Amino acid sequence: MAAEGNAKPAKKLSLKENYALLTRGLGWEPSYEKKEDIFRTIDFEGVVIHDWDKWEDPFRLTMDAYWKYQGEKERKLYAIIDAFQQNNGQFNVTDARYVQALKVFINGITELEYLSHRGFNMLAREFPGVGPRIAAQMQSLDELRHATTQIHTISQYAKYFTGMNEFPYQFDRVWYLSIPKSFFEDAVTSGPFEFIVAISFAFEYVLTNLAFMPWMSGAAFNGDMATVSFGFSAQSDEARHMTLGIEVIKFLLEQDPANVPLVQKWIDKWFWRGYRLLSLLATMMDYMLPKRVMAWNEAWEIYYEQNGGALFADLARYGIKPPKRAPETIAEKGHVAHQMWSVFYANRDAVGFQMWLPSEEEMAWMSEKYPDTFDQYYRPRYEYWKAMEAAGTPFKNTTLPQLCQVCQWPCLFTDSGDPTTLSLRETEYQGQTFHMCSDGCKDIFDDTPEKYVHAWLPVHQIYQGNCFLPGVDPTAPDFNPMYEALRYMGIKPGVDNGDFKGGADATNWEKWTSRPANIHEGAYTDAVRDSHIKS
Amino acid sequence: MPIKAITPDYHGDFKDGVEKFNGNQLVNIHWEKHLMFAWPMCVPLPPGMPFGALIEGVLPGIFGAHPNFKQIDWNAVEWKTSKGPFKPDLAKSLSDNGIGHKTTISFRTPGLNGVNGNAVC
Amino acid sequence: MATTSTQPVFIALQANNDTMPIIEAIRQDNPNAVVHEYPAMVKIDCPGRLVIRRESVEEHLGRDFDLREIQINMISIAGNVDESDEEFVLEWKTH
Repeated sequence: MAAEGNAKPAKKLSLKENYALLTRGLGWEPSYEKKEDIFRTIDFEGVVIHDWDKWEDPFRLTMDAYWKYQGEKERKLYAIIDAFQQNNGQFNVTDARYVQALKVFINGITELEYLSHRGFNMLAREFPGVGPRIAAQMQSLDELRHATTQIHTISQYAKYFTGMNEFPYQFDRVWYLSIPKSFFEDAVTSGPFEFIVAISFAFEYVLTNLAFMPWMSGAAFNGDMATVSFGFSAQSDEARHMTLGIEVIKFLLEQDPANVPLVQKWIDKWFWRGYRLLSLLATMMDYMLPKRVMAWNEAWEIYYEQNGGALFADLARYGIKPPKRAPETIAEKGHVAHQMWSVFYANRDAVGFQMWLPSEEEMAWMSEKYPDTFDQYYRPRYEYWKAMEAAGTPFKNTTLPQLCQVCQWPCLFTDSGDPTTLSLRETEYQGQTFHMCSDGCKDIFDDTPEKYVHAWLPVHQIYQGNCFLPGVDPTAPDFNPMYEALRYMGIKPGVDNGDFKGGADATNWEKWTSRPANIHEGAYTDAVRDSHIKS
Repeated sequence: MPIKAITPDYHGDFKDGVEKFNGNQLVNIHWEKHLMFAWPMCVPLPPGMPFGALIEGVLPGIFGAHPNFKQIDWNAVEWKTSKGPFKPDLAKSLSDNGIGHKTTISFRTPGLNGVNGNAVC
Repeated sequence: MATTSTQPVFIALQANNDTMPIIEAIRQDNPNAVVHEYPAMVKIDCPGRLVIRRESVEEHLGRDFDLREIQINMISIAGNVDESDEEFVLEWKTH
């Protein structure tokens, strides 16, 4: 004991020494099991790794620091969520149209966080290198945190608005939610290297800035302090994930030249898959934020063309080229948000949220932001639909779509050279016909048809009779397949969907806040008008 | 390139073979230059249905809300599938007209190209 | 390490009181940095290379600062990262 008093205090370790000890220093060589029996899925994709120790986490984050900083982030976030809930923050957003975007978020995006959690759990088990294993473990915890914080935040909205209370049930059943679900399940069922290139690099590094930077900034601009807080809190983890994404690419490319064509193929595939998924976000940005920060085409220019350009210039030294189908994404940037919104509007009885046509103010903004496309291709359609609404014969489509076998979007996109011609692609494989929405998706199908023939396409499942609740009799004389399929999906027909004006959310909003449900159209109900007379 | 999988010779089951549709086959129908209907419409139909019954009994339910629809001169319509243009025999069945499971039929209506000639509506 | 790239790197931080001294330190140490302000967010672009120096942040902050604290308020980054006890660097290597 006496000797202790004389001991010099231990020298504080540098960040690099600390990292080395708390990552590689924690690994060991197996003695009674063969390495290949422990790490069984690491070879089949054909990736060659010579030295796992060459992996370096540039943040040099270790578990002790991870808990410390994550704990701090959580305390900060939950203080804001508490304040938001105690102050009825759900009524302080711009208007009730904004809330419809949160439905897309909770039903279509939150479950991706959970699937990502599962994917990174697997990587944390499968990778033989200790550095990447610990990074994957941290990311797995991060993704679980993102799912729970999103659920906690949006639960406050779910108490007051329709369509948010069945999210895990809907995710597995709703026809358009098969788009995000199949995206992530495609990634999770590939090998560990394809998964990490798909999610960490192509999706997180190249594409998620679009989701979390301008859209979350837009949430703040529309007064949603809780959503912007979970968004930016998640994004602070995301910055670390993105770094993992670029590190994994450099690591694979530096380990062996045989990895270069594999990595290129995965970049080409997952950039396109991720881009198609994010089409949803294009429409959320341009149509569902009543007050807007930037348009989708501007975001694509900043975050893909400019920043992606810098990234791929940097990777050129390894022989990596920009994604094969990047030119199509640039050609489509003036169209995709409008095509998507049109389709949701036309099919508003078949979705889980409520729809409206853009106001004069919004169309003026779109004309300005999209001078080459909006007035020519989309304004005439909206004006015609407005006239149909005014005449009391609003337009609705009632027939299910031909779906893309790969991305599972309806085949609604147009050819990059001609915005009045649909981009329809098909392949004959083993005597059967398969449809794709684009050359990008056709590339993917043709490369591995063995995987995509198995896709669970909701439209086909409905027609096979697999999407009705038990007890429903499709042979009954009053059988209504659309109504029954919606019930199976967890959507309440006539409550969750349809027209925004006259719907439950708009009507309740005006009753509870005395403010217009659509800031561009004035009051829909007497609840607002009366309160203004009194005051 | 064949798929790389943990299981050798992996191949997913075909989810959508015609035998799963209770005697029907899927047909996708797309009216070109009328993008208010912004996707090919997927419907299950009996393979033995005459092509004329498709025009008279199925298409009005799908496209009838469009002001151009009533003006269509069905003799002038140009039909095609991915295999190229074809002239349907209205009395013959879908099968006999070469329309199989998951065939996409596109049709064009000369002179009728959307509301006010605007193909986006 | 000098870089010859002029491709933009960036860091985006939450707009709050914690990040003000960090943003000031970045401005001071990176004369070519351009600061864009958005709702709730500040995005700082810089050609080729951007450095955050611990000492500069401490000067503006008036207390000790561990560079890893940036993690709490960071929204996104672009560029290769290199972090040590003294510096947090973002850079592109090829031009």
